[in-house]
Amino acid sequence: MNLHSLSLRNSQSCSYKDVPVVSIEELKGTIVSCVQEGKRLLAFFAQSTGEKEMQLYAVLGNDKLGTLSLLSAKVENSYPSITDQCAQAHWFEREIAENWGISPKNHPWLKPIRFIPSYREGQDAWNRSKENILPCVGDYYQVQGEEIHEVAVGPVHAGVIEPGHFRFQCHGEWVYHLEISLGYQHRGIEKELKGGPTKRTLPYMETMAGDTSIGHSHAYLQMLESLANCQVSQRAQALRGIALELERLANHTGDLGALANDVGFLPTANYCGRIRGDFLNMSALLCGSRFGRNFLKPGGVAFDLEDSRIKEFQTKLENAKKDVTVAAELLLDSPSVLARFEDTGVVSKETARELGLVGVAARASGLSQDIRKDYPFGIFSSFSIPVAIYKKGDVFARAYVRWIEIQNSIAFIQSMLISMPKGKTQMPLSSLAPDKIVVSLTEGWRGEICHVAKTDEKGQFSWYKVCDPSFHNWMGLSMALRNQQISDFPLCNKSFNLSYCGHDL
Amino acid sequence: MFKVLLARLQQKHRTIAYPKKEPVLPDRFRGLPILDNSQCLKNCQECVSVCPTNAIQCTEKGLQIDLGRCLFCTECTSVCPKGAIQFSTEYRLATRTRQDLVFDGKVFERAKILKDSIHKLFGRSLKLRQVSAAGCNACEADINVLGTPGFDLGRFGIQIVASPRHADGIVVTGPVSENMKLAVEKTYKAVANPKVVIAVGSCAISGGPFLDHKEVHNGITDLFPVDLFIPGCPPHPMTILDGFLRLMGRLKQ
Repeated sequence: MNLHSLSLRNSQSCSYKDVPVVSIEELKGTIVSCVQEGKRLLAFFAQSTGEKEMQLYAVLGNDKLGTLSLLSAKVENSYPSITDQCAQAHWFEREIAENWGISPKNHPWLKPIRFIPSYREGQDAWNRSKENILPCVGDYYQVQGEEIHEVAVGPVHAGVIEPGHFRFQCHGEWVYHLEISLGYQHRGIEKELKGGPTKRTLPYMETMAGDTSIGHSHAYLQMLESLANCQVSQRAQALRGIALELERLANHTGDLGALANDVGFLPTANYCGRIRGDFLNMSALLCGSRFGRNFLKPGGVAFDLEDSRIKEFQTKLENAKKDVTVAAELLLDSPSVLARFEDTGVVSKETARELGLVGVAARASGLSQDIRKDYPFGIFSSFSIPVAIYKKGDVFARAYVRWIEIQNSIAFIQSMLISMPKGKTQMPLSSLAPDKIVVSLTEGWRGEICHVAKTDEKGQFSWYKVCDPSFHNWMGLSMALRNQQISDFPLCNKSFNLSYCGHDL
Repeated sequence: MFKVLLARLQQKHRTIAYPKKEPVLPDRFRGLPILDNSQCLKNCQECVSVCPTNAIQCTEKGLQIDLGRCLFCTECTSVCPKGAIQFSTEYRLATRTRQDLVFDGKVFERAKILKDSIHKLFGRSLKLRQVSAAGCNACEADINVLGTPGFDLGRFGIQIVASPRHADGIVVTGPVSENMKLAVEKTYKAVANPKVVIAVGSCAISGGPFLDHKEVHNGITDLFPVDLFIPGCPPHPMTILDGFLRLMGRLKQ
């Protein structure tokens, strides 16, 4: 099996003409059998061929070998849905239907995911006209019965968070199902990436999910450098790695604080809120921006860490480590906290695998998946970082995995600072190779970030596809809420802490 | 219980001394630009062409940066052959009008206090409702952080509240996507008069990196009268706090 696919590695640029075009039946067969064998569907999307036909692309990953398979098929306005035999495809197929008006026949729940007009004029999967698309208006999965009621929340929530709509099917406090409806954050980024790189490409990468600026720009830049055949120095790679782990530290610490807050455990909630700021300030020490904006540049990084700055950095890191250790251990040691965290919002390993969850959510359900280890990139090609796994799949597991990762990331940065590799911070970048295709993966703090792009005959992007970890994981949150009390929703939601804008793009 | 107390002792008192003491920002922080017209070649236009949001103008009159569009990305500083554009660590960037954000390197008009009748109501207590309208979660995060003990927003009488019905005004982030427009308008309407509107971040002020996308509305300036503009991508928490306090007339200089 799997003969008709192009095998490639993370951010390896390949000739576009080597991407096999198979029949839609074979594409479906390959996806279904590969996923059954334990591979994962990393990306599945459509692009225009410039003619009447559209081209579907599938990226499958073999986590054990670290290899990727790419294959494609041409379709017109519909094709037999893959979701009935491979749940990992379900959200992708809804996106394909919405973006291009291609209907996956017999998809079990074919709804828009962003509530935007089709990219193809006059070709809409639901025959909607541009003017009458209202965000999140439409049919919802419903439970019926005498005492069943529906709870609708959002788009504007009570906290300082991004907008999204949640629809609960409840029986009293009990939640039978939660349907999540997004699209409020859509800014049309993918469309604008076409024809790039332009002067806005890097700002787009840094703001597609603004709390994952480093994760996304790292994925973009390693793709760019592969296309331009540019060798980034080890020093620049180390600095990028430090920035990536700082981003993870800040967000994981913030999440532990937010989880504490949602169960009313105020000491850790307060401490972590501040310690998160300490990690953000370390990013600012590195590059002036708390979110690592404009630190990563084509060919390397914008700033170096001089010896004096390394000293300051080490002191700050050591202090933050002490503080976060006290705050996290206090949280995970308190019986009143554990009573709320344990057995709440369980996602089983089987469900996690079937849905194709990634990142913290997958690892907390016992799946060993981490791009840093499975498909090493940047500094992680020469420096391994342990994969944090916990098996229970509940809120506690997702908190605990974060705490282990905090420790691992601190240890990683500390060892980098002790022996920073030598080299230039930035190398010149030549023009991009024409007619290539690249799949670029990084492990952002939420999980796997996947960028796929193709260059045209001039070395510009003919198209650029982004798959944020949240794209895979929102359905995981829905599953976590089944048979839970609705009052546990904020807690479950925080334990995933997914991105709305990363999903909506 | 004992552990909680020990942890409390270990974490110490960490609220910053601001506004009694000025905060120290990192040396690489990018705040108010320093424009040196005597160095500018005028005809090279390099900075103008690399700016991702077309924030820079370079004419006979000299250099001009629209801070409402600026992403503080330093592409301009790195291409300028003469070093005519630099960024200082001046974080006090909030203004009362959109026009005040267009900076020509000379005087920067910082935000002034609200007019008397409204100041009487909000000068000592300001409740705000935050709305993210396609914000990328960076502005949101740096507003959120003001609530932590480090900044302790509450000591200034400012609170981010859960409902527009409890609020004296709204703080909007993001370029206002088409899909979020109605929700922002409804939130605005739900706040009782008189109310203040604060735009945080280049997206809410001008559309930011998404300027002129047909999926967005280039921020809130065409939707509501804005009382306070806080530029940045994202603005530093101190820039946001400074803006809030100036609006309330709580800062002297």
